[in-house]
Amino acid sequence: MLPKQEVVAMLLAGGQGSRLGVLTKNLAKPAIPYGGKYRIIDFPLSNCVNSGIETVGVLTQYQPLVLNDYIGSGQPWDLDSMDAGVHMLAPYQRGRKADWYKGTANAIYQNIPFIERYHPDYVVILSGDHIYKMDYSKMVAYHKEKEADCTIAEIEVPWEEAPRFGILNTQEDGRIYEFDEKPRKPKSNKASMGIYVFTWSKLRKYLEADEAAPKSSNDFGKDVLPAMLNAGERLFAYHFCGYWKDVGTIESLWESNMDLLDPNTELNLGEPSWKIYSRNPVMPPHYIARDARVQNSLVAEGCNVYGETDFAVLFSGVYLAPGAVVRDSIIMPGVRVEEGARIQYAIVSEHSVIGKNAVIGARPEEIEDKDKWGVTVIGDNCVIAADTVVPPKAMIDSEEVQ
Amino acid sequence: MRGNNVVGLLFSNVHDERIRELTEKRAMASVPFGGRYRMIDFILSSMVNCGINKVGVITKSNYQSLMDHLGSGKAWDLSRKREGLYMLPPFGEQSSISNSRIDALSSSSRFLTSSKEDYVLLSNCDMVCNIDFKQVISFHLKKQADITVVYRFGKIPDKMSNTGVFEIDPDGRVRDMLIDPKVEGECNYGLNIILIRRELLIKLVADCVSRNLYDLERDLLQRNIGDYQVYAYEFQGFLQTITSANSYFEANMALMLPQVRAQLFNPERPVYTKVRDDMPARYGLGSNVSNSLVADGCQVEGEVENCVLFRGVRVDKGAKLRNCVIMQDSDIGAGTRLSYVITDKNVVIKADRSLMGFQSYPVFISKGSIV
Repeated sequence: MLPKQEVVAMLLAGGQGSRLGVLTKNLAKPAIPYGGKYRIIDFPLSNCVNSGIETVGVLTQYQPLVLNDYIGSGQPWDLDSMDAGVHMLAPYQRGRKADWYKGTANAIYQNIPFIERYHPDYVVILSGDHIYKMDYSKMVAYHKEKEADCTIAEIEVPWEEAPRFGILNTQEDGRIYEFDEKPRKPKSNKASMGIYVFTWSKLRKYLEADEAAPKSSNDFGKDVLPAMLNAGERLFAYHFCGYWKDVGTIESLWESNMDLLDPNTELNLGEPSWKIYSRNPVMPPHYIARDARVQNSLVAEGCNVYGETDFAVLFSGVYLAPGAVVRDSIIMPGVRVEEGARIQYAIVSEHSVIGKNAVIGARPEEIEDKDKWGVTVIGDNCVIAADTVVPPKAMIDSEEVQ
Repeated sequence: MRGNNVVGLLFSNVHDERIRELTEKRAMASVPFGGRYRMIDFILSSMVNCGINKVGVITKSNYQSLMDHLGSGKAWDLSRKREGLYMLPPFGEQSSISNSRIDALSSSSRFLTSSKEDYVLLSNCDMVCNIDFKQVISFHLKKQADITVVYRFGKIPDKMSNTGVFEIDPDGRVRDMLIDPKVEGECNYGLNIILIRRELLIKLVADCVSRNLYDLERDLLQRNIGDYQVYAYEFQGFLQTITSANSYFEANMALMLPQVRAQLFNPERPVYTKVRDDMPARYGLGSNVSNSLVADGCQVEGEVENCVLFRGVRVDKGAKLRNCVIMQDSDIGAGTRLSYVITDKNVVIKADRSLMGFQSYPVFISKGSIV
């Protein structure tokens, strides 16, 4: 028998993230590179470790290869411990039955045996598409203090944006009396962050009931939480203050990377007491050449910069030739940008090559019709020929290029 | 397939005295180099990359920082159940012959006798290079050599002492060996890298000790040239031996050359080092960096030219750095001017200071100093 773990975290990493288009063609959303050397999943995993949670189940379904390979034994996050650690949980066959994960709640339901091995008191449910630093242990302490059955993390969003979120309406003591999914007229601006703490015995009961309900869509937000609320269980909102961003769209992914370049950003990745761990590439420090110009940028190890960058995030091993210009863009690992190429407001995915004098994307002020402007995306392993012009908002797939 | 019948053995303290400033609190092997490395990383990675999976590191003094750096050997993939990394600190109290490699080998004899591998690869940790040892090993086997020494053809670096100079026949066999001869111009000089049959090494070391001979070059190599098949393998890639503070500085500066980086950081034979989990380097508004090597975790807002910035260095607005080597977590204050300066770890240089060295005599600022 394994030793008891008070808290087990379950990380939902199976979603396709279809709004990210070519970026998630070959990998699951949580595996998308972020911030020069990370992948999105580094944030929830590092938060777990820094919060003292040592048992993490990662639920995978869509394109798990890159993710499995990246997590490996969990050693970069210190999650390779003897009795706990990180476990990749893909759907599997049992008896005569085999099911894909039908929804978020069903994914957890199918892994009840995994959770039971640790006899936890509490289960933390996390998702793999948010960038934030958070101490889950404080949220668990709040959950205990309120004697809650479920605690949902909440962040105040600007009122005009509230209709895009799931809004939590609470009493003064923080107890939730109503969920308002994307309300037209929000009563509050407390948005759910998709982070839940459950008392395990309660959650187990509701998961089993949800599974037995024939019409349920097996989703936490749509089915399990409303069922708990209707039954009069104690649901509380936990207030979070700090940087939090859903990076589920091209625009938000681009913005969140750019947020790192703001000198006054709330998201400090250099904090020694709350490091974000990742699998580090084995590369030398980056080289900035004599005629290069680098400003307002993040540059990772292994880069060779001969060109110009301003407001750019360069991942490891990027080569920027003399005369190449990168502005307001994200250049993912191993990309080559050849001489004279110009990249503006774009995301260039792993190992692509941008040919000589190619022009990728444009500045918003250069485009008259604002509806035609947007962030340009070049998929992984694309070879963009010399002198090609890729317009704003375009999304290029490596198969299309060939 | 892993494993190649060779065990590695590194001397971590040899030549500590050459760069006293940097080895005051550490061994030569753990001297920081090249923005994110320690000296040992180069030779240790070369060993691992050729398939060696058992390496002993002989330490004598000041080895705390080396142990901290190597840890379990995980970063070099040497944290393993079968074989892996072995630290070999001084054994007992009797050994006292200062920095004798024979003495060190003799006190590590248990490590040698208990190894299963047929060959031992010996090296110091004072070289910046990336050697393909697979070629050295196949040379050794092809020549059916008893001992293979790795050498270089060229001028002996300044201040390099106790250096073997070889006379080599066309087949590669060493016919004669002189130590520190007076030579003008180029010659074949040894790099203190030796590949030898394990049983033979144990025998020769025992023989030296029984005769009270403690010099590896003179007593183990030179004395036996006639009796054994000693062959020499020439290494032609980039190599810089650290013989003085000056050559340490120059070796760092050599990294600005693309061809040096291509040889040293060959992606097929990566140089491994301890992971620190810093964020990528951040450049602020008005930063102006040229011809420099910058590691993760740096924050640069000033002007930097011809410099190596180690992990976690901060250069504030208006600071001007030229031809400097700034080690881990040093802070350079606003408006400060530095030229030909080497700062050790955790140095703080406050705002508006001015320090100027000269190419042949860089200013050195010791660990943790506040200027």
